[in-house]
Formats: sequence, structure tokens, C-alpha cells
Amino acid sequence: MKNKIDYSSDWNLDPAPESTGHIKLKKKYDLFIGGKWVKPKSGKYFATINPATEQKIADVAEAGQADVDAAVKAAKKAYDTVWSKLSGKERGKYIYRIARLIQEKAREFSVIESLDSGKVIRESRDIDIPLAAAHFFYYAGWADKLAYAFPNRQPKSLGVAAQITPWNFPMLMIAWKIAPALAAGNTVVLKPAETTSLTALKLAEVIQEAGLPEGVVNIVTGYGKTGAMMVEHKDIAKVAFTGSTGVGKIIMKSIAGTNKKSTMELGGKAANIIFEDAPLDQAVEGIINGIYFNQGHVCCAGSRLFVQESVYDVVLRKLKDRMESLYVGDPMDKNTDIGAINSKKQLDVINDYIKIGKAEGAEIYQPKCKIPKKGFWCKPTLFTNVAQSNRIAQEEIFGPVLAIQTFRTVDEVITKANNTPYGLSAGVWTDKGSKIFNLTSQLKAGVVWANTYNKFDPTSPFGGYKESGHGREGGLHGLEPYLKFD
Amino acid sequence: MAEKDYRLSPRVDQVGIQDRVDRITKRSVKNAAKRKGLYMALNMIDLTTLEGADTDSKVKQMCYKAQHLHDSFPGLPTTAAVCVYPNFVKTAVQEVKGSGVKVASVATAFPSGQSSLEIKLLDTKIAVDNGAHEVDMVISRGKFHSGEYNFVHDEIAAIKEACGKVRLKVILETGELGTFDKVRRASDIAMDAGADFIKTSTGKISPAATLPVTLVMLEAIKDYYYKTGKMIGMKPAGGISNSKLALHYLLMVKETLGGKWLSNEWFRFGASSLANDVLMQIMKQESGNYQSKDYFSKD
Amino acid sequence: MSRIEIVKTYKIYIGGKFPRTESGRYYQPEANGKVLGNICLSSRKDFRNAVVAARSAQGGWSAKSAYNRSQILYRIAEILEGRKNQFIEELIQQGSKKAQAEKEVDLSIDRLIYFAGWCDKYTQIFSSVNPVASSHFNFSVPEPTGLVAILAPEESGLLGLISQIAPTIAGGNTCIVLASENKPLCSVTLAEVLSTSDVPGGVINILTGNRKELIPHFAAHMDVNALVYSGDNAAEIKSIHEAAVDNLKRVIIRDGGNYVSDKHENPYLISSLQETKTTWHPIEKIGAAGSGY
Repeated sequence: MKNKIDYSSDWNLDPAPESTGHIKLKKKYDLFIGGKWVKPKSGKYFATINPATEQKIADVAEAGQADVDAAVKAAKKAYDTVWSKLSGKERGKYIYRIARLIQEKAREFSVIESLDSGKVIRESRDIDIPLAAAHFFYYAGWADKLAYAFPNRQPKSLGVAAQITPWNFPMLMIAWKIAPALAAGNTVVLKPAETTSLTALKLAEVIQEAGLPEGVVNIVTGYGKTGAMMVEHKDIAKVAFTGSTGVGKIIMKSIAGTNKKSTMELGGKAANIIFEDAPLDQAVEGIINGIYFNQGHVCCAGSRLFVQESVYDVVLRKLKDRMESLYVGDPMDKNTDIGAINSKKQLDVINDYIKIGKAEGAEIYQPKCKIPKKGFWCKPTLFTNVAQSNRIAQEEIFGPVLAIQTFRTVDEVITKANNTPYGLSAGVWTDKGSKIFNLTSQLKAGVVWANTYNKFDPTSPFGGYKESGHGREGGLHGLEPYLKFD
Repeated sequence: MAEKDYRLSPRVDQVGIQDRVDRITKRSVKNAAKRKGLYMALNMIDLTTLEGADTDSKVKQMCYKAQHLHDSFPGLPTTAAVCVYPNFVKTAVQEVKGSGVKVASVATAFPSGQSSLEIKLLDTKIAVDNGAHEVDMVISRGKFHSGEYNFVHDEIAAIKEACGKVRLKVILETGELGTFDKVRRASDIAMDAGADFIKTSTGKISPAATLPVTLVMLEAIKDYYYKTGKMIGMKPAGGISNSKLALHYLLMVKETLGGKWLSNEWFRFGASSLANDVLMQIMKQESGNYQSKDYFSKD
Repeated sequence: MSRIEIVKTYKIYIGGKFPRTESGRYYQPEANGKVLGNICLSSRKDFRNAVVAARSAQGGWSAKSAYNRSQILYRIAEILEGRKNQFIEELIQQGSKKAQAEKEVDLSIDRLIYFAGWCDKYTQIFSSVNPVASSHFNFSVPEPTGLVAILAPEESGLLGLISQIAPTIAGGNTCIVLASENKPLCSVTLAEVLSTSDVPGGVINILTGNRKELIPHFAAHMDVNALVYSGDNAAEIKSIHEAAVDNLKRVIIRDGGNYVSDKHENPYLISSLQETKTTWHPIEKIGAAGSGY
């Protein structure tokens, strides 16, 4: 390229670390069952580490069968004796309290979230934690208004919900799970992902502080095994899971033939489509936000980019330019854009896909940015010269890796975008309204972002078509999976 | 060559622009970077007085300030330029002689631009003949809104011709353009017509410079650079009165156009009260204490 | 000499056509000790062909205006009304009393009308504009799940069948229905009604045959988006749930019994075969209350 803009400069930002002084963390966390901290009957603990430094932060209990039994029992008891008897109004007030306490401790929550997950502080501070509080606030208000959400239907709560949350948005996904469950009148046994238990445990403290009746929310930590025990427990009425499609299928098999209701929020491989008449600079920002938000650990990430051929060169140039000012590194630095990969395991998965992409003949591009020596890191990556049949264009990578393809016509891009077993989300960029509505109605996806990407709100239903799962979280629609009707 | 249809200039989405701006304003500029940024900002200021009540002595005072921002603290840079009406150019040129500070003159029936081309050319000629180093012209917004883009283009080209080697800053008066799409369109017209700088505002209309408007113009400059290889300067003017905001402008330039634009040859702040706030911040960094306005001269 | 009666050949209904089963097999259900007829014993391949037909009809059907879909459902009811007697006779043949049969046919027609009326209304009931905190217009609408395989109620040969088909297609889905194994006559006659009532070929496909044999194929086919099971056989339900996992098809369990009750008339029967799609678009904020400019 003849005129390449040089983004190097002798004016560079200094570190701007968020202070960690005000946070209170224990060295060792037990299980939160029946409103109390109890030692795991399994006797086992595991370490949770900071993926940016590989240093241990705390030990966390690993719940075994007896512990899960105790948690479900506590939840069942709370459901039978207290929670199901409480009026919606009173339930709502408890949930409001939780929302308020999260807001009050927002800073502490965001710092812990970033320490434990590798997520950048800018995102945990501005997105994850405020949105988590907003979810509780939103659903609190529903608790005494359920009848208006389902005309002619007499909604009733289900009982005990087993909820399993992922490591990509630890606290936010917990809010997505717990808030509607409580508003609908259920009690909860929740297991956070094993690499990111800390904000869940911090939330347990908030729940205690809010004075929620004992056993209404129980938090057990552990690995997939613990989750399986919860799902299979006979006293569970509802299973809510966010995670990979693979694990979702295992869960669906294990509850086959039972009356357990389920919500599955699974994987995705979203198409982000840029038309030649799009506001290109904002589209580029949307691409960046679509794939590099949260290190690409986003089920709805815009991981397949489709660019109309006539603007391909321009978009690629703008995209590469924009990538020059992405800071990769310390998640606690307020200026960091891309933090640490959540775990060694996930980093291996991403690196494998990068190898696969190269082997498949796609061309890789990464900006020249420095990454720290210790910890788990992946530079923002894009692949060009990608074919629809390439694995990097088909499979969910769950990392900061973008596969770029081109298209010529509307028809072609709709076909390619829908040509996937997933159907969680999609993006469309064009200045032409009628084209937007054509695309948004034809794309088989639960969330379509037009001229924007990766926006979330408690009032906005989220969830997928096809193998991306079933049920919705958020909005009025998010209540239904936690209720039964005559 | 077929006439260019400026209605085809790239589209801009306001919410998306704001999203990008938010990413920049959330950056945290600390310590050495902050100090360096503040010094850089001072050196990019076009210290401005454009009042009906301006007098020779007012202009002289300002010229002194441009060269001696805070005499009790040595080592400070000068501002980039002083910006005055054409009739004060002579005085200003004399006052800043040898300091490296440039004299910019507004011209072309500033601020409204409502006059004939003859008058505008004469206005420009007077400024240039009196020794102005830079001319800040306004575009004909009325013609622009009527869709007479070629008129606007040709007028700028004529003024540029009259400027000769004197650098021409073209004021779009974005506060009167109404949408980001039109800001982009006006930027494209100005650059095509020979602008050396594009500038947001006269300072007489609100809103004046904002980060989103500036970003739209910076993106236009970038596209123009890729297309022609020619660097165009940027000057947000009006409404930039505090240091933090100035630093965010600089970051925006860095992240959009790279380090090469981070000098007063390519970036200016049109501001009169910014300098003191930057000075206060520099003093705060030096002394560790927050400052009072009473300790900094108002000119 | 008395006239030799013409005996009807019962065929299946795929893509708007009436093929015999490709397997060449048939079975002879009985009622009151009498053989009802030679009924096609549909095979896995028949089902596959039906899926292909239903898939290719899906886009067109869901893209039809709601008003148009409504009229087509109404049209089915009209044609059915004109052939009432044939259905009554078949129900009697299958073991119903006359009054019971008449009532079932009347209710079937009324149920079609009921769901015809919903076609252009359920979207309003199940849609929302969501007041998000950012400057975006955000709305959610129901969209058809797609291709639905239906195991019709065993006990209710006409009313049960229609009660499953009507909400499914009213919501823009296409379907493949396995009719009641022991009471299949009306399903074949219904197909004849459908083929003369403006329903595009492939929107509704009707198979007859052995439930046990076909269930695994219905549940496992990767191009089926949802499966409706009418009944309460726990082993069947479990096997369906398990097989459905491979493509995460939605599984809906409904009543296997009679469908007389009006609890079978509500829009939630439509919404259970809908996906919610949420769309976001920025709202430009420029002007008096704007902040961005």
C-alpha cells in the first residue's frame, strides 16, 4: 500500500492500573448453602488463578454429590416453606436489594471479575457489572406483575432451578440466571464456571447482606461433574445452562424423558455483514467490537465477517488500521482493550484453530503488539482468503479470531450467513433501511444487530435458533422459561 | 472528468461515532504521558481573539501571552499561533516576530461568509498582504445547504489561489451543517478544493467543536490521505476549554491518524481559555496541588 | 345385479402430491371387527421425501402475508364444511357414534376458523418493543421455528390432527404429520381437502404408518426443527428427547387424548412453535434533545 499510516508515536500512554486495594477476598471459599458458608463434604478445594499472571487468587470448594444434595435440599426447603409463599411484591423487594448492593459494590465486583477472568477492567466496570445490577433491577419489578406478562395463563413458579453459568461473563450471566428465576418465584442452586467462581461467591455475600431467606439462592462451586450432579438431581424442576453446544447436548440427553424445563444458551458463529453502502468507519468499529470484545469469548461474537467485494480493500485497510490502536495486556489497566485469555485450556483451543486456519490456506494477520510474558494471551487475529468450508469459518473458536469472506449479492450473503447449524446472532451494516429489514427478517438468528453490534440490555430478549439453544434470557420473554402454566 | 457528486460521500452513523468516541474518552492519560500531552496541547493552541471590541492593545497582550504562557514557570512552549481579524494582522505579525508563533487571520466575511467572492478575495488578500502566515476562511453554508457543492468547492479553490503559499484553514461551521453526513461531505469538498487544514467552527455558533464531529473530520482526512498521499491538518475550534478534553482530542488524533499528525503543523486547537487550564494542570503535576484560576493570567 | 362398489385406495400426501408409500407396504387397521382399508405403511424414505418437500415450501409459506395465510386456513375450513358427510362417515367407520362424529367434524371446522383468525394477530400478542437504555430501537418478534414434525394424537383422528396442524401452519411453519395409526381414514381425506384449498404443496405433508417404526426417524432427522409429540408414553418421550438432541430440535409434548376441550384453542399453541428474534438499530440523536452532535 502506498500511503500506510504509521501508528507508532513517541507519545504513548503510561500504565493506568485500577487500584485493587479496596477489595476484600478470602483465601479460601466454602460453599454457600442454606444461607451459610459450609465446608464441602467432599473435603476438596481447587485453586482459582489470575489468567493474566498465572498466580493463585484463592482456593474454592469443589462440591461433591453430598454437597449438591444438601444445596438442592436447602433450595427445595426454601421453596416449599418460604419463597413460594411470599407475595410477588415481597420477592421483588429482595431482588431490588440485591440490585442496589451490587451497584454499591460495583467497583469491588469489577476488580474481582477482572482479576479472576482476565477480562479488561474497562469492560467489567462499564459493561458486566452495571448490566448485572440492571438485570436484577429489571426483573425485581416483574415479580409482582407476572400475570400481565401472560394474559389468560395463570403463571406459576416451577420449584428449584439448577443454573450453570459460563466463564466469559461470570457475574453478568449469573444475573441473567438468578434474577428471572427469583422474580418468577423459584429458588436456585447455581454453579459458576470453575475458572471464574469469585464474583459468584462475592454475590453470595451480597445475598446474605440483602437478608434473602436462607436457601433461596445456593452457590456451589466445582467442575462439570458438579454441574452434572445438579442437572440430574431428582428435585430439580428447571435447568438453565449457558455454555458450549457440546455440553448443552450432554445436559439435554441427561434430562431426556423428565419434566425438567430447560433453557440452553449455547454457541454461535455469527455473520457480521458489511454492505458497500454502510457507514464504513462505524462498521469497522462494529467489527472490532464484534470480535475483539471480551477477547472474543462471546457466544454471539461476530466471528464470520462478510464484506461486499466492492469495499473489501477499504474495509480491510480500515480494520487493520483500527487494530493498531488496540492495547493488549494487563486487564487491570484502564487502557487495555484486549485482556487475558481465560485459561490455558482455552488458549490452546484458540491456538489450535489458528494453526488449522493457516493449514487450510487462509492468510493470517496480527498487529505488531507486545504481549506479556506470563499469563495467557492471544493477539487480535484475522484471517483473510477464507472459504466457507474452512473449519475456522464453521466452528466456534471463542477467541479473538476473525474469519473474513467476501460476497457479491444480497442473496449470496444470506445463504452463506444462514449456512451454519448455529443461529444465535448476526450483524448487518448498510445505510439502506429496506435492505436492513430484508436481512433482519431472513437471517436465522435470535439477535440481529443492524448498524451496531454486541449490545445488551436487560429488557432485550437474548437467545438462539437451532443449535444455539432454546429459550430467551432478558425482557418479558425471559420470564417464560421460569414459569409453568395450566 | 465528470463532476464529483458529493452526495455520495461516505455515510456516518451518529450512534456509532459516539461509541467510538466513548472508547477514547475512557482512556486514562497519566504521569509522563499526561505531561507530554499537556505540553503538546499548549504548543498546538491557536490563541484567539475575534471580538468586535478587539483593539491593538488587546491583540498585543494576546501576542505576548502566546509567547510567554506563564513567565513564572520556565521551559513552556509557545502556542502555535494567534488568530485575529485581518485588520490586526500587521500588529500581530510585529508582536510575534522571531518567536515562531504564527499569525492566522480569519477572512472571507467571517463569521457568516455572506458576501460576494470579490469581497472575500479582497479580505483574503489584505490578510495575506499584511503578512498572515495562515488564513482561516469560512465556507458558504447557505450554498452548501442548497446543494450547490460545486459553488462551495470553487469558492474555496479561489481563496486558496489567493492565499498562494499561505496555509488555508477551511472552517466548515459544523454547528450549522446539521448532520454528520454533511460534515463528512463538507470535509471532502474542502480537501478536494485545496484546503491545508479543515476546521470545525468559527466559535460564534453553538455547538462548536465536539469530539464526534472532529472524529468524522479526522476519518475524512485519513481517507483523503490514502487516496492522494496528501496530509491535511485538523483544527477543532471553540468549546475546548479543559485539559482532559484536549488530551482526548490528541488521543483521537493518535488513534485515527497516527503519530505523524501529532504536531502543530497538522493539528491545532482553536481556543482561548484552554491554555490556562492546561497550565493549571501542568502546575498541578509539578506541585501535586490542585490550582486556582487566580494564579494564571487572563488575557 | 348390484353394482360393484369402488374401494378407495388410501395414499399419503407429500409435497402436494398423492404418492403411494415408496416401500410398497401397507397395513389394515380395524374397527368394530372390520378392516378400514389398505393404509400406507410409510417408510423412513417417505419421511425423508416429506422433509425435503416441507423444507422447500418453508420459505415461501413463512413469507406469505399473514392475511393470506389466514385466508388459506379459512379456505380449508370451507372445503371441509362441504365434505362433512364423508368425514362423519369415516369417523363412524372408525368407531365413533354418529352424534359424536358430527360433533368432531363441526369442532374441527371451528378450530380451523379459530386459528385462521390468529394468523394475523399472534405477532402482535407476542412481539415487544424493548426500552433499552442505550440509543437504540429494539424490538422482538416471533418467527416460525421452521419445519415441524408432528406425531398426531392417536385417539382423535380428525380433531386431534387438525388441532395440531392448524396452530403449526398458522405460525408460518411447514409440517409433516404422522396420522393416528388406528384411525387414519380422515387424515387421507383431509389431504384431499388440503390439495383443493390453496395450501401450497409441501406446507402440510401427511403420512400414515406405524408410530413405533417412524418415531426414531422423526426425532433424529437433522433437518427437522421441532417435533410435536401427542401422547404420554414415557419410553417414547424419553427416546424422542434423546434423539432430538443431535440438532437440538425443539420437542413439545402435548395431549394424546381427545381434543374436544377448548383448552386446545389458544395462541400459546402457536407461540410454542416460534422463535423470538430481537433486532437492534441505532437511533440518531441530533436536534433539540440530542447529545451526539
